[in-house]
Amino acid sequence: MLLLEQVLNGLQLGVMLFLLAAGLTLVLGIMNLVNLAHGSLYMVGAFIAASAAQWTDSFLLGLLIALPATALVGIAVEIIALRQLYDRDHLDQVLATFGLILFFNEAVAMIWGPRALFIDPPSWLSGAVEILPGAPYPAFRLAILAVGLAVAGFLYWLVARTRLGMLIRAGASNREMVGALGVDIKRLYTLVFGLGAMLAALAGVMAGPIYAVEAGMGEQILIPAFVVVVIGGIGSIRGALVGAILVGTADTLGRAFLPGIFGAIMGPAAASGVGAALASMAIYILMAAVLVWRPRGLFPAHG
Amino acid sequence: MTPRQAILFGGLAFALALPVLAGALGLDYAVGIATRILILALAGIGLNLILGYGGMVSFGHAAFFGLGAYVVAILSHHETMSEPLMTWPFEIGGTDAAILAWPAAMLACALAALVMGAISLRTGGLYFIMITLAFAQMLFFFFVSLEAYGGDDGLSLFARSSAGPLDLHDPAQFYFLVLVFVLLALLATARLANARFGLALQGIRDNERRMRALGFATTRTKLAAFVISGAIVGLAGALMANHTEFVNPSFLSWQRSGEILVIVVLGGMGTALGPLIGAAVFFVLEEVLSQWTQHWMIIFGPILVLAVLFAKQGLWGFIESKLDRHD
Repeated sequence: MLLLEQVLNGLQLGVMLFLLAAGLTLVLGIMNLVNLAHGSLYMVGAFIAASAAQWTDSFLLGLLIALPATALVGIAVEIIALRQLYDRDHLDQVLATFGLILFFNEAVAMIWGPRALFIDPPSWLSGAVEILPGAPYPAFRLAILAVGLAVAGFLYWLVARTRLGMLIRAGASNREMVGALGVDIKRLYTLVFGLGAMLAALAGVMAGPIYAVEAGMGEQILIPAFVVVVIGGIGSIRGALVGAILVGTADTLGRAFLPGIFGAIMGPAAASGVGAALASMAIYILMAAVLVWRPRGLFPAHG
Repeated sequence: MTPRQAILFGGLAFALALPVLAGALGLDYAVGIATRILILALAGIGLNLILGYGGMVSFGHAAFFGLGAYVVAILSHHETMSEPLMTWPFEIGGTDAAILAWPAAMLACALAALVMGAISLRTGGLYFIMITLAFAQMLFFFFVSLEAYGGDDGLSLFARSSAGPLDLHDPAQFYFLVLVFVLLALLATARLANARFGLALQGIRDNERRMRALGFATTRTKLAAFVISGAIVGLAGALMANHTEFVNPSFLSWQRSGEILVIVVLGGMGTALGPLIGAAVFFVLEEVLSQWTQHWMIIFGPILVLAVLFAKQGLWGFIESKLDRHD
């Protein structure tokens, strides 16, 4: 039962990571842009939702306000700052978006104050569901899982079946050619960036009832999301999904069981420390192992 | 005397006279600030070796900074507690002698860099950035969960390292010692730019495939540079542990890695003096802006974005391009 619960927790974390990683990998694959500030959009989404939910007294309204608002913030950031970075090398992109992180963290702290906020889940999702007889599981976490899987399905449909998706894939393979064929590549980029911002906001809003909404929350999930992108292969949505599930379950199961396992082998006091250390390092060890085995990730998108 | 020499001698004279000047002006805290700038500059010099001359964008150099700091702190902790560090297979005790602890810190960092580099250098580009970040995060979480040495809360040093006749608790003496290290590192970098190893490294930065075709062992050269770079940053960490008399996992945080990158790029990548200028500007900006508002990062962030967009060559690069026109 405990195992089942932890596996579900892992999948739920994986789904959240996927929402962020999908945006990251699209922006990386198509625009070749490393956007460290993606986590800031996740944070901005969560803060806007927290305020809007408090104001309207409804989680759903908060969500509905936060998604387009964050997309607008994302589009503004793209037009003002990131557009200048597409032709630069990765170092410039890392540094400039590092600057954006500093800006956003401080801006959020100035507007909303230094204290953490919480978002109440909607009342019809605040209970628990018996997934198996005698095994209750929070309904809200199940809802996150459902939403995440639905988004994964939607993204697959969008990228594989629609005209926009075709342009996205074409842009990832050869952007000059797509531009030469008469597609407004700038608008396509802005659109994709807005989409990525919206997915990040969705993850941020859903994180609200589970984790604290505070300045700096973006970076806590950004780095694992990058691990997901790198494991999955840059530019690949499928890779992002597989990577996210891997990272989410490895992290959750590691934290849940490694201290106990090491405690059983080596005696409790010293060993639970070793277990805890290994658990928090697990996803990075996983990434290093994957890169040694496949230097371009599990599902290299092109080339 | 050329303008370049004038700047160098002027800067050196200023650095040497700083403790006396600060004392005369009643600005004693300035010596501490200058020490801090020099230590950050030393970390920048270490990173600049692989970033500026080797073209390797490491987003994980705080790992070496923190590791070097922790080695000094842990050795000193064991000395203070008079508990041996390890008893098997042979006994090693703690120490607070700089002559033992600091080389130990550099050695630990060199070994860590050897492992990290050997794996990371199999990849390139963005993957390299991310895997170095991942290694730094691993070490970060390792020290967070290392309860024996304070975990999240960190570890205080009972005293600064003992260094023979020098008293490192005296701000001026500590400052001069740090200054000597920085000058040595600067001289070494300046020599390196024209030595065989440094030229090979720069060749690899510009065109690795061609260098390999010319018969250079490119991976080995890059790995050697990575190891030296890690050891230098480790020394900077060891000095910083002495300066603050305190270490905690934030020494290894990814923000710290970002800061060291910013220092190198602000000052000018691939120039010997760049990291020194970068560290000074970084620190002064932080001081000036934070006096103005506690939310100084809301200004510093956009400044950083603008600097990246419009001042790619960095400050020293900019000064040099002006000087070259005069020379």
